[in-house]
Amino acid sequence: METIIKIEKLHREFKMGSETVRALKGISFEIHKGEFVSIMGTSGSGKSTLLNILGCLDKPSAGDYFIDGISVSKLSRDELSTIRNRKIGFVFQSYNLLPRTSALENVELPLLYNNTVSSDERRERAINALTQVGLADRMHHTPNQLSGGQQQRVAIARALVNDPVMLLADEATGNLDTRTSYEIMSLFQELNSKGKTIAFVTHEPDIAIFTSRTIMLRDGNIVKDEGIKTLSARAALDKLPVSEDYDITVGIQNEIEN
Amino acid sequence: MKFRNHIKIAWQALLRNKTRALLTMLGIIIGIGSVIAMVSLGQSSTKGISSEISSMGTNAVMVMRASQTEGGVNIGSGNVQTLKATDVEAILAGSSNISMASPVVKASKQIVYGANNWPGAISGVNEAYLEINKYEIASGSNITADDVRNSAKVCVIGKTVVDNLFKNGENPLGTVIRLGRIPVKIIGILESKGQNMMGMDQDDIVILPYTTVQKRMLAINYLHMISASAVSENVSDLAVADIESILRRTHKIMEGNDDDFEVRTQQQILDMLSTVTDMLTILLAAIAAISLLVGGIGIMNIMYVTVTERTREIGLRMAVGAKNKDILTQFLFESTILSIAGGIIGMFFGVGLSFTVSTLLDWAFVLNIPTIAVSFIVCAAIGMFFGWYPARKAANLDPINALRYE
Ligand SMILES: Nc1ncnc2c1ncn2[C@@H]1O[C@H](COP(=O)(O)OP(=O)(O)OP(=O)(O)O)[C@@H](O)[C@H]1O
Ligand SMILES: [Mg+2]
Repeated sequence: METIIKIEKLHREFKMGSETVRALKGISFEIHKGEFVSIMGTSGSGKSTLLNILGCLDKPSAGDYFIDGISVSKLSRDELSTIRNRKIGFVFQSYNLLPRTSALENVELPLLYNNTVSSDERRERAINALTQVGLADRMHHTPNQLSGGQQQRVAIARALVNDPVMLLADEATGNLDTRTSYEIMSLFQELNSKGKTIAFVTHEPDIAIFTSRTIMLRDGNIVKDEGIKTLSARAALDKLPVSEDYDITVGIQNEIEN
Repeated sequence: MKFRNHIKIAWQALLRNKTRALLTMLGIIIGIGSVIAMVSLGQSSTKGISSEISSMGTNAVMVMRASQTEGGVNIGSGNVQTLKATDVEAILAGSSNISMASPVVKASKQIVYGANNWPGAISGVNEAYLEINKYEIASGSNITADDVRNSAKVCVIGKTVVDNLFKNGENPLGTVIRLGRIPVKIIGILESKGQNMMGMDQDDIVILPYTTVQKRMLAINYLHMISASAVSENVSDLAVADIESILRRTHKIMEGNDDDFEVRTQQQILDMLSTVTDMLTILLAAIAAISLLVGGIGIMNIMYVTVTERTREIGLRMAVGAKNKDILTQFLFESTILSIAGGIIGMFFGVGLSFTVSTLLDWAFVLNIPTIAVSFIVCAAIGMFFGWYPARKAANLDPINALRYE
C-alpha cells in the first residue's frame, strides 16, 4: 500500500536554558494511505510534538521524515509552508476560525495562499468542502452564529479544501460533549471511508476506538502500535440515550434521512 | 502569491474591525486634512495679497518717520518731528516722478453725535489724499485746498463711522459732529472699501484737513507721514530715490548720517506681508506635518497591538500555508490601506475646510494639486514605514507558539 508518512528514529529535543527536554526519543513508524490512526498517550508524552512535526509546523532535532515521498528534514521555512498548504489539513482543539468571518471565507483561507487556484475555483471548492461536512446551509454564518460542533465542522472543511494527502487532528473533540464528539468522529470515519488518511491525537480511549490503529506514546517512546477493531461512531451515536438537551445537528439529520 | 489575494486578505482583516480601522485612520485624516488646509489657506492669502496689489496699483509711495536709536536702544519713531508740510511741497516741486502728495497727521478722538459716540481714527490730510489712496466720494464733496489753508472744521467720513453715529438713518451731510471738543461739519461720505488684507476696516476713517488736526487738535507742527503717488508704476523706484534726496536736503542730513525718514512703496509693504504669510504658511504646515507624524505613530501603535491580539490568527494562517512574507505583506497592506484611506478622507476634509474658510473670509480658493499628490505619497509611505515594524514582528512569529498563544 502507498506510504503517506514515514518517520525514522525521530528525535525532538527542547533546550530550556541548561536543561534539555527530550520530547521524542527516536520513534519510527509508517502511515499508509487510507489509514485512520489515533495517537494516544498521557499528558506530556509527546503527542502534540509528534503531530506538529508530522504537520511540518516543526522540524525534528534528528531522524528522517518523509511525507508523500518528500524528505522534510532539509526543507526551508518557506518550503515547509508550501507542504502545509498542499499536503496537510489541520484540525485543532479550539477550531481556530477567523472571527466575524463567514464559514465560506474561513474555508477558502488555505486556497488564498495557493496561486494555482483561481477565485472561482476557490469558491467552488470551499462550497464542496462545506457540503461534505453537512454545512451547505450555514455557509454565510459567522463562527459566533454556529455551535461548537458546527464550528469544528467548518474547521474540518477548511482542512479538506486543499485536498490534502493527510488530515491531522490534535484533540479535535476535546472541547465537545460526548454526542457532538461522536458526530465529529462519524464525520471523520465517513471521510476515511472515502479514502482520506487521518492521524488523530487524543487521550480519550473511547474516542480512539473509532479509529483503525492506535499508536501509544509514553515519555517520547512508542509503547504500543497496533491495529484495532474499529467501532462505528454512527452506531455508538444511535445507542446514546436521546435527551432533549441534545440537539442533533442538521448534517447528521440529513444523513439519517438518506 | 497573487497581489489580488494579498489585497483581499488585508481588506477582509480590516473589515473585521471597522470601528478600530476608522479610529486608526483618524490621526492620518486629521494630519493630512490640516496639512492640505494650511497650505491651501496660506496660498489663498498670498494670492489675496497679490490681487490687492493689482487693485491698489503699485504707485503709492509712503514716507514714514524713521525709528530712532538712543545708546543702541530702539526708541521708535515717536520723537521724530522733522517731517513737515514744506517737505510735501518740496517733493511735489522737486520730483517729476511724483504726481500727488499729501501730508498725513493721525489723531484719535471720541466722535460724538447726539447720544451716539464712536472712537474716531482721524487722518489729517490734504485734498489729494483720497485720490492717492483710491477712496471715492459717495455723496457730498472732498475737502478743498481752501479748507486746508483755512484749517476749516470740515470732515469726510467713512461708512463705518456713519453707521455708528447715525443709527436712525438721518442724512449725515451738513451735520455737525464733535471730535473731542471741536465741532466739525460733515461735508462728504466715502464709498465703502471694506477690509484690507490685514483685516483692518478701511471704512472706519475720518478725513480732515491736516492743518485742522495739527493746530486745533494736537497743537503740533510736524507730520506723521507723507502719502504720495508716483506718476506710474514703472517710476516708483525713481520716485523713491527722488524723495530720499529731496528730504535729505530739506532735513539737512549730513553725508554719512542716517535718514530720519523711511520711504516705502506699496509694493514693498505688500511684499513684506507676503513674506510674513509665507512664513506663517510654512509654520502651520510644519505643525500640521507633526500631527501627520503623530497619526503615523498611531497606526504603528494600533498595528502593534493588533499583531499581539491576532497572534492565533497569524499562527493559523501559517499552519494553512502562509509564508513569512505573506504575513509581512498582509500587515503592511493593512497599515498602508489604512493610511491611504485616511489620506483620501483627510484630503476631502482639508479641501472642504479650506474652501469653507476662504469662502467665509472672501479669499480666492486655491486648490494645490502638487500638495495633494505629495500628501498622498507621504500617506502611503507613512503606512509602510510605520507598518513595517509590527508586520515584521508578525511575520517572525513561530507558528506553533502563535497557535498556542492564549
Ligand atoms: N516549546 C517547547 N519548549 C520546551 N518544552 C516543550 C515544548 N513543547 C513541548 N515541550 C515538552 O515536551 C513534552 C511533550 O509535550 P507535548 O505537548 O507533545 O505533550 P502532549 O502529549 O501533547 O500533552 P497533552 O496531552 O497535555 O497535550 C512535554 O514535556 C513538554 O513540556
Ligand atoms: Mg498536546
